[in-house]
Amino acid sequence: MAFVRQVLVIMAKDLRAELRTKEAINASLSFALVVLLLFSFAFDPSEETTREISGGLLWIVFAFAGTLLLNRSFARELNNDCLDALISAPISGAALFLGKALANYVLVLAVELIALPLFGVFYNVRWTSQFWQLMMVIALATWGMTVTGTMFSALTVNIRLREVMLPILNFPILIPALLGAMQLTSALVAGKPIAADNDAWLKMLIGFDVMYTAVSVFLVETVLVGG
Amino acid sequence: MRDKILYIIGAVALILLARDMYLITGFPAEANQGAIFKIIFFHVPMAITALTCAMVAFVASILFLITKNFQYDALAVAVTEVGLAFLAGNLITGSIWGRVAWGIWWAWDARLTSALVCWLLYAGYLMLRNAIEEPTQRATFAAVFSIFAFIDVPIVIFSIKWWRTQHPQPVFWGGGSFPPDWSAVFGWQMLAILLVGVVFTAVRLRQEQFQREIDSLRRMAHAL
Repeated sequence: MAFVRQVLVIMAKDLRAELRTKEAINASLSFALVVLLLFSFAFDPSEETTREISGGLLWIVFAFAGTLLLNRSFARELNNDCLDALISAPISGAALFLGKALANYVLVLAVELIALPLFGVFYNVRWTSQFWQLMMVIALATWGMTVTGTMFSALTVNIRLREVMLPILNFPILIPALLGAMQLTSALVAGKPIAADNDAWLKMLIGFDVMYTAVSVFLVETVLVGG
Repeated sequence: MRDKILYIIGAVALILLARDMYLITGFPAEANQGAIFKIIFFHVPMAITALTCAMVAFVASILFLITKNFQYDALAVAVTEVGLAFLAGNLITGSIWGRVAWGIWWAWDARLTSALVCWLLYAGYLMLRNAIEEPTQRATFAAVFSIFAFIDVPIVIFSIKWWRTQHPQPVFWGGGSFPPDWSAVFGWQMLAILLVGVVFTAVRLRQEQFQREIDSLRRMAHAL
């Protein structure tokens, strides 16, 4: 129980710090908007074509906007040596990692849930017909993105070119999860529920999440102390 | 002593390559594809060598995290670089074959895409190493990333396979078959290219060790 409480304390601390300054979430949201706008120049935003590629578009927006948030996760702790204080605090590295990952998860989900209806409005896509299944796909893929992203945020916090390295490391790892999320989202936005022909993607997403959560929790101590 | 072993392995690899090349040019052209089919004698061994490199890098990374012995870190980086070179060779030979057989240099097919994703994964590993100055931190972080990357390889391969495939079914373990004398040459060719990989890795490993020695001498000079 102490572990859960530690995780929640770290998560609440991160969320409070972010909500007081709102620097990362504002940047992420406006970036998502800019990318959504840019897409309208890249292709004709008429309904039929948009629906077919909507999954891909949405997840590109989510991945880019999410990276901005994830970059700040550990970088925020560099001022006043907060990171050293956190590492030497009497909690395990796993608790610190999970707390931060959960805080990032909430923030990234918030940005996604604002960007999604805007996408629907701008591109005239009726995305609500399979609402709960779509939410499930977003929840699963976002967790995969957040867990590897938080890990790489810890990995890149002290190195040169931090802002560039995170997406370079994170996106190739994420390709299976993003691919699955894109396929499922396109089908769901078009009104087709998850069926036998595409539930393999769902299983893959779950497997991806479970595997990377386990590996990250297992290795994070090495990263935090080895740095 | 180590030098001699290395030279011997290199010489064996060269002789095998020359012999295979001679035999391969003697083979008749394949019925449907013509002479270009023979590129498989390079294409497939390169892919298998690259995969072997990824596995060795994975094991070396785990061993480094357990033992903190920098030999394993040097092995991991050496083998990753060599694997990347072989995977690049695999992609390029595949592309040349595709130009002749399909009429296009590149297709977004499952195997091509997953090979490219793997290449990007391990290129990220080298970039991460370049960005970190401090040796212990570099070795630790690179090892963690290498483990992440290796876990991703099977997921990438299977997920992209569901996505789409147009690559010819593998000749081995996939329905195709070689005439027996081709299989023998293929086996030798496999060995030759693996040996080339071993020699490259050993040379790169030595460079890595010299680099560490130079670094420690430099630190000593600064301390004085």
